[in-house]
Amino acid sequence: MPKETHGLSLDGQGKPLWLSLELTYRCPLKCTWCNNPLDFEDYAAKELSTEEWKQVLRDARAIGALQLGFTGGEPLQRADLEELVAHADGLGFYTNLITSGIGLSEERLLALKAAGLKQIQLSLQSTRPGLTDALVGARAHAHKLEAARLIKAHGFPMVLNMPVFRHNIELIGEMIEWAAGLGVEYIEFANIQYYNWALMNRDELMPTLEQVREAERVVNEWRAKLGKAMTIYFVIPDYYEGRPKACMNGWGAIHLTIAPDGVAMPCQEARVIPGLAFESVRDRPLGWIWHESPLFRKYRGLDWLPEPCGSCAEKEKDFGGCRCQAFLLTGDAANTDPACSRSPHHHLVQQAVAGVAAPLRFRKPLVKRAAGAVSTAFMED
Amino acid sequence: MDALPLPADARPRLSPHYVFRWEESQSAFILLYPEGLIKLNASAGAVLARCDGARTLATIIAELQASFPAQGAEIADGVRAFVDLACDKGWLRAA
Ligand SMILES: C[S@@+](CC[C@H](N)C(=O)[O-])C[C@H]1O[C@@H](n2cnc3c(N)ncnc32)[C@H](O)[C@@H]1O
Ligand code: SF4
Ligand code: SF4
Repeated sequence: MPKETHGLSLDGQGKPLWLSLELTYRCPLKCTWCNNPLDFEDYAAKELSTEEWKQVLRDARAIGALQLGFTGGEPLQRADLEELVAHADGLGFYTNLITSGIGLSEERLLALKAAGLKQIQLSLQSTRPGLTDALVGARAHAHKLEAARLIKAHGFPMVLNMPVFRHNIELIGEMIEWAAGLGVEYIEFANIQYYNWALMNRDELMPTLEQVREAERVVNEWRAKLGKAMTIYFVIPDYYEGRPKACMNGWGAIHLTIAPDGVAMPCQEARVIPGLAFESVRDRPLGWIWHESPLFRKYRGLDWLPEPCGSCAEKEKDFGGCRCQAFLLTGDAANTDPACSRSPHHHLVQQAVAGVAAPLRFRKPLVKRAAGAVSTAFMED
Repeated sequence: MDALPLPADARPRLSPHYVFRWEESQSAFILLYPEGLIKLNASAGAVLARCDGARTLATIIAELQASFPAQGAEIADGVRAFVDLACDKGWLRAA
């Protein structure tokens, strides 16, 4: 027997181990921090058909994909979700559903279980009905609680996802307490990332540094109290840390996302970067897109990295951060992520953080995710 | 590691919601679970394949020793270390 008994590696070896399918951008909610594209309504007419999604699943398995997330928009808006889960399960995927809970009836839950669904990630924004409903722009709180109850009652492992921002960050402790009562094993506090709707609302959504530190303290208190009964995922947002996130484990390394119209992306935000040649599975084989396309090769690996990353030892860990954030804040996706304190553009992030601390004379109202809420005519090319 | 060593008569089995199987594209056994996946080396795969809730730890060790007679003591230590690690990580439970 070989010696290295604990040799447990996770190296994609060039394979897209994690596949995300954004089945649709349609959604009954209007979250102001949504990371879906601003022109989300234009995708409805271009969504892949059931047969096209099944082909994507087979092609992705053929190039080594193993973990699969069905997301969106709201994936339950697709009536063929159960059929796609069954197909994926048959191919050997470990299937996860990422949902707001709206539309998750007991009937559908049972059908999903029968189809082989393994895990459900449910998002919940607060512990207070009035606040949740105001935040998502619909009567949603009661539905979400009922969804959580059903998911547990039917024995699914559940990730409770709470997107965290200024309006709900102080409820983190209450949320953990509630989740512990329900028997949730894994809770994820997703400090929201500022793309699309979230970027538009950034100044209003961004929590203060004091709020973030207090949240961290509360999380640590609960971690000590609950021990192994619950895993609590919480990381200080990159804006405050001076270190970028190891975004997607590197561009084109292990993550592959397919948008509703079949466009393949290294991450779900990549379309914010202009000038990239996106390819759809309708036009090109998925294997070629992943391995060969200029898009996936563009920022793959470490060789393309600019200074200060090129000569920095951290690059093996963070790959120079997030390309989308680099573009959105500095205008060039090939720059060092400005969340890094060594970036020549780090002042942009510091300004945003300082702006949050300063008392504002008035605040803009949050822009709700809705068709026509902003003009996206400039996005058409 | 805070978990205690598993006794020889314990019957380890895979935790609920974990999928253990051979994956052709990796030429290896893999473990799939809610937060991720792990590729197992040949020895870890051989151990997990026997953690079915029926075999005791002693049986698992004896079976593997029979396949590799020259390395008896090393195998016993290796299996115990791996099973304890897998319990600590939550992959295995003792039935
Ligand atoms: C885009 S949603 C799609 C699934 C479903 N509609 C939902 O909201 O749960 C996927 C996940 O991303 C989270 N999310 C949305 N906007 C985000 C942002 N700007 N930053 C981080 N996470 C975000 C949601 O809370 C959800 O868990
Ligand atoms: S984040 Fe909110 S608006 Fe966006 S897809 Fe999910 S539920 Fe819908
Ligand atoms: S300089 Fe580049 S590689 Fe170094 S820590 Fe900053 S982002 Fe990471």
